[in-house]
Amino acid sequence: MLSQIEGSKAVADAVAQCRPEVICAYPISPQTHIVEGLSKLVKTGDLTPCEYINVESEFAAMSVAIGSSAAGARTYTATASQGLLYMVEAVYNASGLGLPIVMTVANRAIGSPINIWNDHSDTMSQRDSGWIQLYAETNQEAADLHIQAFKLAEELSLPVMVCMDGFILTHAYERIDQPTQEQVDAYLPPFTPRQTLDPDNPVSIGAMVGPEAFSEVRYLAHAKQMLALERIPELAVEFNEIFGRESGGLIHTYRADDAETMIVALGSVLGTIKDTVDEMRDEGHKIGVLGITSFRPFPQQQVREALVNAQRVLVLEKALAVGIGGIVSANVRTSLSGVQLRGYTAIAGLGGRAITRESLRSLFENAEADALEPLTFVDMDWELVQRELQRDQLIRRPGTAYEHQELNPGLVAAQLP
Amino acid sequence: MPYQPIKFYQTGSFVVGNRLLDVEARSTQSDPKRANTLTSGHRACQGCGEALGARYALDTVSRVTGGKMIASNATGCLEVFSTPFPETSWQIPWIHSLFGNAPAVATGIAAAMRVKGRDDVRVVGQGGDGGTVDIGFGCLSGMFERNDDVLYICYDNEAYMNTGVQRSGATPGGARTATTQPVGPHPGNEFGQGKNLPRIAMAHEIPYVGTATVADLRDLEYKVEKAMTFRGARYLHILVTCPLGWGSASRDSIRIARLAVETGIFPVFEAERGEVTGVTKIRRRVPVEEYLKLQRRYAHLFGKKPQPEILHNIQAAADRNITRYGLLDDTPDDLKPPGEAKDAATSGHDEAQPEDSETDAMALTSESFEGAR
Amino acid sequence: MEKPFAITLDVGTSKANHTGSWRTERPVYIDRLPPCNNACPAGENIQSWLYAAEEGGEGYEKGWRQIMADNPFPAIMGRVCYHPCETSCNRAQLDTAVGINSIERFLGDEALKQGWSIEVTAPLTGKRVLVVGAGPSGLSAAYHLRRAGHEVAIFDAEPAAGGMMRYGIPKYRLPREILDAEVQRILNMGVTLDLNRKVTNVEAEMRAGNFDAAFLAVGAHIGKRAYIPAGEAAKIMDAISVLHGMEDAEPPMLGRRVVVYGGGNTAMDVARTAKRLGATEAVVVYRRNREKMPAHDFEVTEAIEEGVRMKWLSTIKHADGGKILIEKMELDETGFPQGTGEMEELEADSVVLALGQDADLSLLEGVEGIESDGGTVAVSPNMMTGHPGIFAGGDMVPDERTVTVGIGHGKRAARNIDAWLSGVAYAGTHKHELASFDKLNTWYYSDAPQSMRPTLDVARRTSTFEEVVGGLDENNAVYEARRCLSCGNCFECDNCYGVCPDNSVIKLGPGKRFEFDYDYCKGCGICVAECPCGAISMEPETI
Repeated sequence: MLSQIEGSKAVADAVAQCRPEVICAYPISPQTHIVEGLSKLVKTGDLTPCEYINVESEFAAMSVAIGSSAAGARTYTATASQGLLYMVEAVYNASGLGLPIVMTVANRAIGSPINIWNDHSDTMSQRDSGWIQLYAETNQEAADLHIQAFKLAEELSLPVMVCMDGFILTHAYERIDQPTQEQVDAYLPPFTPRQTLDPDNPVSIGAMVGPEAFSEVRYLAHAKQMLALERIPELAVEFNEIFGRESGGLIHTYRADDAETMIVALGSVLGTIKDTVDEMRDEGHKIGVLGITSFRPFPQQQVREALVNAQRVLVLEKALAVGIGGIVSANVRTSLSGVQLRGYTAIAGLGGRAITRESLRSLFENAEADALEPLTFVDMDWELVQRELQRDQLIRRPGTAYEHQELNPGLVAAQLP
Repeated sequence: MPYQPIKFYQTGSFVVGNRLLDVEARSTQSDPKRANTLTSGHRACQGCGEALGARYALDTVSRVTGGKMIASNATGCLEVFSTPFPETSWQIPWIHSLFGNAPAVATGIAAAMRVKGRDDVRVVGQGGDGGTVDIGFGCLSGMFERNDDVLYICYDNEAYMNTGVQRSGATPGGARTATTQPVGPHPGNEFGQGKNLPRIAMAHEIPYVGTATVADLRDLEYKVEKAMTFRGARYLHILVTCPLGWGSASRDSIRIARLAVETGIFPVFEAERGEVTGVTKIRRRVPVEEYLKLQRRYAHLFGKKPQPEILHNIQAAADRNITRYGLLDDTPDDLKPPGEAKDAATSGHDEAQPEDSETDAMALTSESFEGAR
Repeated sequence: MEKPFAITLDVGTSKANHTGSWRTERPVYIDRLPPCNNACPAGENIQSWLYAAEEGGEGYEKGWRQIMADNPFPAIMGRVCYHPCETSCNRAQLDTAVGINSIERFLGDEALKQGWSIEVTAPLTGKRVLVVGAGPSGLSAAYHLRRAGHEVAIFDAEPAAGGMMRYGIPKYRLPREILDAEVQRILNMGVTLDLNRKVTNVEAEMRAGNFDAAFLAVGAHIGKRAYIPAGEAAKIMDAISVLHGMEDAEPPMLGRRVVVYGGGNTAMDVARTAKRLGATEAVVVYRRNREKMPAHDFEVTEAIEEGVRMKWLSTIKHADGGKILIEKMELDETGFPQGTGEMEELEADSVVLALGQDADLSLLEGVEGIESDGGTVAVSPNMMTGHPGIFAGGDMVPDERTVTVGIGHGKRAARNIDAWLSGVAYAGTHKHELASFDKLNTWYYSDAPQSMRPTLDVARRTSTFEEVVGGLDENNAVYEARRCLSCGNCFECDNCYGVCPDNSVIKLGPGKRFEFDYDYCKGCGICVAECPCGAISMEPETI
């Protein structure tokens, strides 16, 4: 059924069709419309049986989710940005305990400075948390990925984060092909937990593990997540069989055949990139696109295969790893170990700055010309930045008495013995 | 009345069991088939009050629920000593997630049980004072406010014992911890405003709040049982001795908890929907020194440089409790002659008590009772 | 369930971790000697029979049989024993002593009411023992010897059995039907009793009767005399004769003003008897003060309640024709009374001397090996005189002269005679360490004052020989029994089982007490500290 609806509504409806039994959430922009929609469905009785818990913090949200999932209930929560960081301890705990919680992250920048707009700083910070991370390109995919996420999570007994760009997707009205309940029921079987808190079969969950077994436990967590690399493509195929459209999978390439320049990105920015690439392809540029849906586990093999024949790779990132630059690009380069090609990282769209086709066109052409610095910042106001850097140099407090003396000799001389 | 004491069965209800009572009137702990929810082989220190308190409380929950229970446990001594891989001492479904989230995890479990229609399975959250009054406080307050169907039990040993005895929000004024050392002009913990969690819980007006100690098993079991008669959020605050952190002899664990009550330092009461409904009276009042002197964490109050001011403050706090909760009874029932004390005894269990002696053909001399007072 | 490695564990697996290896000291269950048992002259296991009685119902008979193992006279004990058990009772330091004596009386009376009896179950030995004297000591020995399977014959010079219980203790303290019933119960076991049969030569009697051993318990019935200058008209009697006379058809004639000279229990008995016989004045004259009086305080109190007057610090200087002259005394620094020269005249129709008694030892004259100081005969710790096979006890041997002490002698003699007849030495019983008050944790005992026995109205006490002190009803008796602290002996309160943080106490079930599971016991010692009755001790662990 096609509907012109907000992305958050599409996700809320899709999640509701997955029949979650416990939903626990704390409001944070831009996640709010999703949980508002779900709370209403529970309140009206359209989603039943389901417990909607209005928790007092994101830490509590994930903790309640841990409890309910461990007790065998299909559990959902959603957050963003600061909220994700506030629940981090529990995020790691949920994956460590192997609890198949599904969480939407409406991607948003992390402060300070506080900023409510979209980038990927929040979920990128959780790339090593042990959660599976799926990035949605469109609202349709966002809705579809949730349905796949529950199935994936419960089969592997691992939590899954569905990442969708805040505002850009969550608050955008688009035409969505909403699945029917029958389709979802046909795709997603009822939750059968691997382990559960059951008085008839008691276990102790969450033991303390010392050096004698901790490495093995961590390796097993890694091995378990790697199983998703096989299962994610299969789930996309199964999904297609029931819902009649392609959604999910590990990666997607676009016009990549014989491409000399490959643009790699995650999330909604892929739309703008594709439009730009279409334009350039039409003009004869050998340029293609690699969209990564599954950032965790990272599909090294598939990424390598998609990029190995290109001459250069430009990774467009919506997060900045301060002190080094790119996050996705580091993962991409690991996949290309031993392959000789030029690699560029472009940081764009931080804190919600619009990524325009014009900017991308210029960026891609510079890439093709190998006229890019290895780390490039798109649409940076360099004049402002330079001015600020100079000012900073003037007010910087030198670390040694000698330097200080040069800067302000009278003051320092008075302090010398 | 917190619970109905049983009179004149030699030991009444002070001891764990009492062979003279009907089986059903005996304590859970006296039952040879008690659940031992926390079983042997755990790695708690010798004389650990928390291990004892946890078994007391959870065995009672287990009995009341017929074993249909699930526990969520905060990080801390209780978690560490009970579940080091590859062994667990728990015999119930139990989960440890994090230090600060045991109440929220319990909420999640309760939600799962409710949505699955498993109203028969009851949920307990538990943790030490750090996990409860400090790091877990937000989750606990949220759980209270939503009135989630969880019994949360705080085993209060008044500091972070698991990490090596650092101060917590429940550490009393004057006490030595590793981060409030007995040095400087104000040795030991500063006297702050306190963080009286039972009263904070009462302020949430949850269905039931109770305090107890490991020294009074019957009262503790009564409170757990009572708490389990309610649905919604319930809170029990149990004072548990820590020989390691308090610097006390392991054999004195129960004695010290008893003295905490008898001095007035730890008031034992219960409250429903924010109102105090019962108080355990002090049986033999003693000055706070009797409690403090058994613990090296207070040794600096009595050494070469005694601290009369701190001592005064501690006594004043105890006195305030006594006044606030009415912990003293002018004529304790225990000291009344058998005939007069009858009203307080459990009916059906007081047949050993002499009935109205005035009806005897021969006059009863009265000196005996005078002499007994 | 698929349990993830290491994170999720099977319940109860910590049992594999034997924390007992942490221990440096181990708790051990012990029995300590309760002070009541320790003080009982008859060697009763008081704690044990109170433990049984606490149960009520069937526990009464169990308790009674436990008394009967040591003492065949619970009903008599409950009336005449001076209960040193209560004096030593640890509960006295808590509130008031347990009314052991009153419970014993309740059990004794209950036995008589229910007709409980003792069957001789031991195989008959074919040995014959002669018991001379049917007083408390002789009857006690006869009873125990009979239970051991011996043939026992008692010879007594009096027309009725009981000795001092009949001829020394007034009826208002020991009703005769109680005495008769408890004696009869012994006779029902097959002990023969020859009354009015005075033994004058014990060796001859033993030969004649073919006895293998003899136990002598003839008592001390000869009243001591003091020299009192007296005129012709003075009526001076001795206390023991007066009390003996009370068993005759006609009571002794004491007159309206009776002076009793002496400060012991016998003096009180005589003075109180005199009141009941109609004396308007009964005065006890004693040379020291009340504190120094050998009579038990309660006897003095009861006597005063009944109108007996006390003249302490007084000696009789002269007696004649309805008057006596007494001299006021004062105690010197050593507590000895010294005359002050101050005299006082007192009207007295009779003077009764209550100054103690001597034993009639004539039946031992000429017996080889006997040692005697004239008033008593010496015995070894196993109650045997210097003559092999002849044992003696009760008032005729040097010891405290009470019914209970005599009963204890009888038991000890019987145990030793039994051993002697088998050609072995009686080993005696091992005495445990005393369960003193400091061994207890008295927190756990309910505060419960002693329930007092009802006392007969004073008006009726001075006009009749009705029993002064009543018995407890069942409610009071079981209440009183439950005041017992069970010093030094486990009473299965479950404290150790409950307070162990390591679940290392195993409850063995009713009557079977507990066991430590040393696999897990860490040796914290809480069980020792919280045992109410001091029945656990901490002992160093050996490697």
